[in-house]
Amino acid sequence: MRFLLLFNRQGRLRLQKWFIPLSNREKNKIISEMTLTVLARPPKACSFLQWRDLKIVYRRYASLFFCCGLEDQDNELLTLELLQRYVELLDQYFGNVCELDIIFNFDKAYFILDEFIMGGEIQETSRLCLARHMEEADAFQETVDEYEKNPTY
Amino acid sequence: MPAPIRLRELIRTIRTARTQAEEREMIQKECAAIRSSFREEDNTYRCRNVAKLLYMHMLGYPAHFGQLECLKLIASQKFTDKRIGYLGAMLLLDERQDVHLLMTNCIKNDLNHSTQYVQGLALCTLGCMGSSEMCRDLAGEVEKLLKTSNSYLRKKAALCAVHVIRKVPELMEMFLPATKNLLSEKNHGVLHTSVVLLTEMCERSPDMLTHFRKLVPQLVRILKNLIMSGYSPEHDVSGISDPFLQVRILRLLRILGKSDDDSSEAMNDILAQVATNTETSKNVGNAILYETVLTIMDIKSESGLRVLAINILGRFLLNNDKNIRYVALTSLLKTVQTDHNAVQRHRSTIVDCLKDLDVSIKRRAMELSFALVNGNNIRGMMKELLYFLDSCDPDFKADCASGVFLAAEKYAPSKRWHIDTIMRVLTTAGSYVRDDSVPNLIQLITNSVEMHAYTVQRLYKALLDDISQQPLVQVASWCIGEYGDLLVSGQCEEEEPIQVTEDEVLDVLEGLLVSNLSAPVTRGYSLTAIMKLSTRFSSVNRIKKVVSIYGSSIDVELQQRAVEYNALFKKYDHMRPALLERMPIMEKTATNGPTEIVQTNGETESSALDSKHPPSITQPTNQANDLLDLLGGNDVPVIQTALPTKPASAGGELLDLLGDLSLSGIPPMTAYNKNGLKIEFTFERSNPNPNISVITIHASNSTEADMTDFVFQAAVPKTFQLQLLSPSSNIVPALNQGSVTQVIRVLNPQKQQLRMRIKLTYTLKGAPVQDLAEVNNFPPQSWQ
Repeated sequence: MRFLLLFNRQGRLRLQKWFIPLSNREKNKIISEMTLTVLARPPKACSFLQWRDLKIVYRRYASLFFCCGLEDQDNELLTLELLQRYVELLDQYFGNVCELDIIFNFDKAYFILDEFIMGGEIQETSRLCLARHMEEADAFQETVDEYEKNPTY
Repeated sequence: MPAPIRLRELIRTIRTARTQAEEREMIQKECAAIRSSFREEDNTYRCRNVAKLLYMHMLGYPAHFGQLECLKLIASQKFTDKRIGYLGAMLLLDERQDVHLLMTNCIKNDLNHSTQYVQGLALCTLGCMGSSEMCRDLAGEVEKLLKTSNSYLRKKAALCAVHVIRKVPELMEMFLPATKNLLSEKNHGVLHTSVVLLTEMCERSPDMLTHFRKLVPQLVRILKNLIMSGYSPEHDVSGISDPFLQVRILRLLRILGKSDDDSSEAMNDILAQVATNTETSKNVGNAILYETVLTIMDIKSESGLRVLAINILGRFLLNNDKNIRYVALTSLLKTVQTDHNAVQRHRSTIVDCLKDLDVSIKRRAMELSFALVNGNNIRGMMKELLYFLDSCDPDFKADCASGVFLAAEKYAPSKRWHIDTIMRVLTTAGSYVRDDSVPNLIQLITNSVEMHAYTVQRLYKALLDDISQQPLVQVASWCIGEYGDLLVSGQCEEEEPIQVTEDEVLDVLEGLLVSNLSAPVTRGYSLTAIMKLSTRFSSVNRIKKVVSIYGSSIDVELQQRAVEYNALFKKYDHMRPALLERMPIMEKTATNGPTEIVQTNGETESSALDSKHPPSITQPTNQANDLLDLLGGNDVPVIQTALPTKPASAGGELLDLLGDLSLSGIPPMTAYNKNGLKIEFTFERSNPNPNISVITIHASNSTEADMTDFVFQAAVPKTFQLQLLSPSSNIVPALNQGSVTQVIRVLNPQKQQLRMRIKLTYTLKGAPVQDLAEVNNFPPQSWQ
């Protein structure tokens, strides 16, 4: 996978994960092109399309579009399952996740994504394991009190 | 200074902005506050500020001033800081930034941290966006973590290793020992990432591939367990156990089994099992089947298995789910080259997909349909494809039209069918055909001699209906110009000849000249067509009038043509019939442009010669102009510019240049005679192909010493091809005691005047000698 983007129906970006180094200009160009292309598709259309040398897989969940750019050997149908799994993970974490959760807790959305995917490949296929890891990691985050009392360096 | 506002509050505030300008104002204010807070080096709120900055970055605002702050957060001891710091690093600090490398030390320390979640953060950051230098520095740490027993860290280390290998392929060897018992893990996360790591290594190095082939039985076993195992809640997806791992294993098997009989055999059973037993009601099952099919097609599977795979794809084509149909068409496109017959069986389903509503599916179906066209099904397929061309979206029309032309050219059952098909494309998708199709079509029409009357009649009728589609109009006006006499005389055999008078034809052509719909190029075509009719029709006066009117046209191209045609009427009237004669059959060149110059003994010297040559045959409408340029008062002496193809019997003045046409007894000529080295050319005509001249060079040396290391090189202009065979020897003996011979074969399809540039190198009395010369005095018979 080269990139994963989340954006809503108005084209506002909610999450961007890049697995290849690109300049800001290129990233913005890809974002705007993806947004335009995907939002222009009719609702019942095929989830796959060809863009430059990449396969684009997208799916709409409520008000958010999840869009990935895949390389040639990646399995498109499996990527649909991957997107489904990510949404389920978000759902499990936030409880009935909606776009607002991702807006206000974008950092957590990123943390979950980073536990699920690394460098464009899946690192954990078990829902339970992943949920447990997130819980434990969150527990490591200091409480306000601890944060203020402990030295930074 | 008051505490900076919390992230939540900021987000809420920004969302209340009603206009872009309002939002920008809020953000600028907050950025200023954050900047001053950063300047104060405030440890407590840095994390909060960076988080806010990241939010604003996502909205599209610049956040580069937070880069160093991210580094400070990463270096902090607090987990909260590190988490946000690493997130910021991944978003803001990719390898193009200068400060990227500063992370290396922090990451190194964190890779050895006591808390696995901190180690995890470091591994994740390194594995997502580490630069090559960073990877080189930290590869050792990653390798260490790859051997740990902690599965959380092991799986992350494996993917981190994948990234390191992608960035610095030379480090691959380093990870080899650690891979030894990766597959004996029970943890699915580690298994999955290990398979990814093995896949990456095998894809990059054939040695690794051979090394890991021994893992095939183990992989087959793991896959089998996954399929046979009972329900496992943590890995289950719609009744299938860990599809992600299954697919990755299948992909690795594909790579291992490719071009290896033993491995392919070892995996035959499991592939058959997966292919037949996987539940196909949900997408996830189909995802696994898809991967299985790809694997079966790539390895050396037995034919029964291959047929099974293609049938699965055939079933996919009938699936209700669009995505699955799309995937099936894509895979069939990949396999159509190797298993053509098997795919042909599903042709009717594929052709039905042309009528699908979905754009992606239609495109794939179109590509696949063109791949399936062959001599047997051409008529039926073309009917469907032409129907598709009528009704498809404009984006498809250009590709479809090109595809139709290509297919028609390869498999046309008859000339008439071919022309009918072309007509159909021109009339339905005329404005979308590519520019180069016009000259191609003209060439095709010229070469179908018996169809001329039929073609011009149909094109004329098409013009009467519609003059808006430029390629159609251009081809039609060219044909009318060429074959107008056939049109008027009503000679058509294929269908009912129509009654057309000369005036009606001229009306149509003049109509094109004045119409708003005609492009300038089209106008040029029609003016030339009118001119050509002056030798075929009797109403020359009318044509003269038209031509003289356009002599003052605003369009420079039209004006030039009209003026030259006028000159043709006045001063060169005696040449007019010859110049405007029927076009000969054009030889189809392999490429549409000038053919490449052939390498001669490693050297190519042709650039200087090119500029003097007129354009090649595929621009027929410029023919008349070129001739006029040559003959109508240009300073360039005629002998130096080659003439485009016309039969040697054309026009009075031309005959003198071209000389005698007899082919026998071509006299030899001296090509070069300097410093004692004389090179003579003798000629022969190659019997099977009259376009090839065989020249034998005889090099003789009249000096006292031998010329050693003699090398003869030659270059010809672009429209020729040259082949230099081996010389008889490299030493030209002194005092004319012997000669070196070498055979040159020259292909001259356009019968242009042969010219050659030669380069001679030899050593005489120990000193190297080099000389360049042009050979222009070829006898005309040698290249006619």
